[in-house]
Amino acid sequence: MAEASYPDELLYHPEHDWARIDPAQPGEATLGITWYAQDALGEVVFFEAPPVGLTLSKDEPYAEVESVKAVSDVVAPLSGEIVAVNEALADDPQAINEDPYGEGWLVRIALSDPAERDALLDAQAYSATLGG
Amino acid sequence: MLAAIGVGSVQELFDRQVPAGVRLGRALQLPDGMGEQDVYAHLRELAARNTSAEDELSFLGAGMYDHYVPALIDMLMERSEFLTPYTPYQPEISQGGLQVMFEYQTAICELTGLPVSNASVYEGPSALAAAGYLAKLHNGRGRLVVSAGLHPHAIETLRTYAHGYGMSVVEVPLADGVTDVDAWTDAIDADTSAAMFAQPNFYGAVEDAGALSAAAKGAGGADSPPVIVASVDPITLGVLEPPGECGVDVAVGEGQPLGNRLDFGGPSFGLFAAREEYLRRMPGRIAGETVDVDGRRGFVLTLQTREQHIRREKATSNICTSQALNALGGVVYLAWLGRRGIVELGELLLARTHYARERLTALDGVHAMHSQPVIREFAVRLDVDVAAVKSRCARGGVNPGVDIHALSGREEDRGGMLIAITEQRTRADIDRLADVVGAAVAAERQAVAA
Repeated sequence: MAEASYPDELLYHPEHDWARIDPAQPGEATLGITWYAQDALGEVVFFEAPPVGLTLSKDEPYAEVESVKAVSDVVAPLSGEIVAVNEALADDPQAINEDPYGEGWLVRIALSDPAERDALLDAQAYSATLGG
Repeated sequence: MLAAIGVGSVQELFDRQVPAGVRLGRALQLPDGMGEQDVYAHLRELAARNTSAEDELSFLGAGMYDHYVPALIDMLMERSEFLTPYTPYQPEISQGGLQVMFEYQTAICELTGLPVSNASVYEGPSALAAAGYLAKLHNGRGRLVVSAGLHPHAIETLRTYAHGYGMSVVEVPLADGVTDVDAWTDAIDADTSAAMFAQPNFYGAVEDAGALSAAAKGAGGADSPPVIVASVDPITLGVLEPPGECGVDVAVGEGQPLGNRLDFGGPSFGLFAAREEYLRRMPGRIAGETVDVDGRRGFVLTLQTREQHIRREKATSNICTSQALNALGGVVYLAWLGRRGIVELGELLLARTHYARERLTALDGVHAMHSQPVIREFAVRLDVDVAAVKSRCARGGVNPGVDIHALSGREEDRGGMLIAITEQRTRADIDRLADVVGAAVAAERQAVAA
């Protein structure tokens, strides 16, 4: 994805992660990294997938993405337990660059404290943290 | 600087920052300085206490071997392009160094029969220790089961590292010179991260590598088998089955026999090769072949997943410039020997080592320590004190080998002597060794009896 984009329907964490909570399933969230994060990392060559069942704590790292430049932690925007990981990234980690909000999703979690979402940013507030 | 931080003197800085309890409170007890000429004379006197392997007939080995190093290697190693550079982060100015790494990796892959080799690590023992950490990263388990046939120094290094990464090391004894397969199988449990052995082992014996790997894979009852690690002597791989073809997952080893001199024990390099599934867990770096924008062949650093320049404060490996120069000596040596040369060399070592064992064990008071096949080194047990025999042999200009007990500290090694053969030791040299050892043992027996 060549152009910066921050979809309105997502929630954002200042450490450049997003969470998608489907109103029909408010107890779960899909997580990924933002356009800004993948752009800063450069070409992603590996995603170290955490195991299903792992417990995530908001603001703590839960996985790693490796690009040609650096290995970086992925920080949990919300707390919960992993119910699914994006297995397709093992063969196609570049989906994180090409489609960070779609095919490049990382994990799906069952939320342990849905109220935490109130602390996350909306697209406009997150974009503002990037300094234009 | 002192003014900027508001301190009057260096002494005051130390007084304020270093707790009194850890300060020495007196001057260091160092000798007075010496003039340059005096230092030279002093160092010369110290250097004269060394005995070069060229000044005596030496059968020392036990991990470092006196192979011939062709002049070609010095010529290439001393080229400043190879001698002085740092890590080749910029491929556009580092093609020579990167190509050497790539060729080195290719040679190690061919020798070991494993698909991936890194660009070398520091030396053999730390390569074994790094394999232990790879296993921990791979399966997260807590125990390393090691054969007592691994070099005692390598086991010691592994124990030191394992303490740091929170693993225990369990040693499996030998039976008639090789790893006791029953004890090996029994020692492996569901928490066993890796099972490690040496080929050939420290006592010179050739292990049944395939049987050890298969036994380890079937043992323990965990959902996946332990990582099988073999510490190999690369010089034997022209003759012995490559580790990759006998079930080994990770092959490590001391690279010194390949084109590196003894050099007082180092520096040398360590080899590290593995199956592809361990690729991202490997220490160090891997150089890869690619093409530039014009389609021309070129080389780059491809993978360095655990290094500090990519992982910053969370790095778990720091092998950057490493032993690239020593590994260069290794790959030049292999290229110099060639595919047939390494086989011929292995066959020559095999024949001479067996000849030497026959000659030595035919002597009164000298017995084989085990009955296993040997390839480049063998262990004997003397009826008399090894140090005394060595000292008698030294008077005849022969260093007959390593006092095994002095090196290993193992009670069962008392009286043991490890004798290494290289292509530099001729049959006539071996005959002389037999004569000198035979006379020394006989004289020592008489002295003890008297």
